Amino acid sequence: MHAIEKILAKNSGKERVVPGEIVTAKIDFAEINDLYLQTIYSFYEMGGKRVWDNTRAAFVFDHYAPAPTIKSAANQREMRQFAQENGLKFHFDTQCGVCHQVMPEAGVIYPGMIVVATDSHTTTHGAFGALGTGCGATDMACILMTGELWFRVPEIMEVRLEGEAPDGVFPKDVILHVLGQIKADGAVYKAIDFTGSYVEKLDVAGRMTICNMAVEMGAKTAYMQPNQAVLDYVSSRAVRPFQVETTDPDFNYSESYVFQVGDLEPQLACPHSVDNVRPLPQVLAAGEVRIDQGYIGSCTGGRTEDLAQAARILKGKHIPPYTRLVVVPASAEVMQACMERGIIQDLMAAGATIASPGCGACLGAHEGVIAPGEVCITSTNRNFPGRMGSTGAEIYLASPATVAASILNGRITDPRLYLKEEG
Amino acid sequence: MKQTYSGPVTIVGDNIDTDQIFPGRFLELTDPKEIGALCLCGVDENIAPSFPQGGILVAGRNFGCGSSREHAPIALLNMGAGAVLADSFARIFYRNAINLGLPAVTCPGLRDRVAPGDRVSVDLEAGTVTVESTGEVLPCDRMGAQAQRILEAGGIKPLMRKRVESGEIG
Repeated sequence: MHAIEKILAKNSGKERVVPGEIVTAKIDFAEINDLYLQTIYSFYEMGGKRVWDNTRAAFVFDHYAPAPTIKSAANQREMRQFAQENGLKFHFDTQCGVCHQVMPEAGVIYPGMIVVATDSHTTTHGAFGALGTGCGATDMACILMTGELWFRVPEIMEVRLEGEAPDGVFPKDVILHVLGQIKADGAVYKAIDFTGSYVEKLDVAGRMTICNMAVEMGAKTAYMQPNQAVLDYVSSRAVRPFQVETTDPDFNYSESYVFQVGDLEPQLACPHSVDNVRPLPQVLAAGEVRIDQGYIGSCTGGRTEDLAQAARILKGKHIPPYTRLVVVPASAEVMQACMERGIIQDLMAAGATIASPGCGACLGAHEGVIAPGEVCITSTNRNFPGRMGSTGAEIYLASPATVAASILNGRITDPRLYLKEEG
Repeated sequence: MKQTYSGPVTIVGDNIDTDQIFPGRFLELTDPKEIGALCLCGVDENIAPSFPQGGILVAGRNFGCGSSREHAPIALLNMGAGAVLADSFARIFYRNAINLGLPAVTCPGLRDRVAPGDRVSVDLEAGTVTVESTGEVLPCDRMGAQAQRILEAGGIKPLMRKRVESGEIG
């Protein structure tokens, strides 16, 4: 069996499971974000009384953090009251940051577990060897009532990433390239196991960026076998004992793709779809792309390593007049770490606006939404029409380094230009 | 349990994501009627106001990709959609739709065989979609047993209420 199948079997009390089978599995941790007041409505509509286990469910107020409108404040107030009434042990209010960053930091994510959250990017936690998947409000309400959810055991495809990334190519570039090849519906209903020498050596932040975007191919979940970096990270944080699952050597993937990371150049997902991916030099060859706003943040590209990538390029320089750069650290812990390392200071000196940790403008709610006719380059995960504001705006997805180089130049720019200069 | 649905079609494209079905800037809304009035405004603001009660939305590949927001099926239901037929669906949207009792039916190729306003009828039991103007019959996928069980009950909520009433869930 695959490690993912072993996790599903373990949590549904079975010896083994096979793809296509429907199982009811125990949920190790459930998370609800502040867009999902409907979860509480559905909970009561279905006759729910109390959350099944007050140590295994938490709210993270991240999408509207802090609340920009009276309505979002009122929604959070209702959720906060529900959390208090149920005595939830973990609670992450508006000061904490994006759920997919905050949960691992708090130690509620660890290898071999099942985490379900009301957020599609829950695939992120495959980075830790956990099974993470997103659900809607009513499925979440079922979990809060029973501690369980039904799953169809997914087919598992392998995405093997081999080699070492050249200078200027970051985990975001790698996953954008994969996405451009496999396409936005290439993994629907399936799980993606990222394997290969690149993954084995990858740090926690890079693993999270890659697993995060598995959902942009439609995947139900993502997986990476935990490496030493992951074990070091979780061993000091995990709130429960855990067991790392491993895939049997005779396991057969439903399909396998192999990518040579060493051959890659910086990548861009061009408007208006996540799989409209081209190597950056190809986009430049087609003509200049003027940029109004750079954006660095989110559960995809708002970690310390991401802000550091940007600061490496922006330090001692300044973005041009009539442009702006919005930086939203993924969590308070990230922001603190970036302050201690002088990264926040360097970004601010370069002209960046630092907004409070959370999802920010990634979903067009607040903190840097864009106007009709504007062009934004961003380290986030989606460039759907209207995702960050107006449907009349254009969004390019890129690595934080490419965002930094581009906003510094006021037009899409190869980050290797600045990384070379730094030499 | 209702096994057939018929109505005039409204047609949208491939990869209609949940931001187009229900844009992020409205996610703080919780009133189903208000949510329904904004349905698909990321594609065209004129769709919801003129959508016929019981109308059928026909889409291309990967309908409902993107976010897990349940606002998407809530919006479709409250706009008056009787069913959504698509070449394929993204999985979280599919689950959310079935959970709320909105039939999401995979019918590859239908979009290319209908014009706006054509009436289609869907027979879930027979696994067919009929284009009434041309008489053409296309096969649609039969649902998995689990999805069918939920849809037949009118969604997951009645099923869960039964489990609560029977004392199975405390």
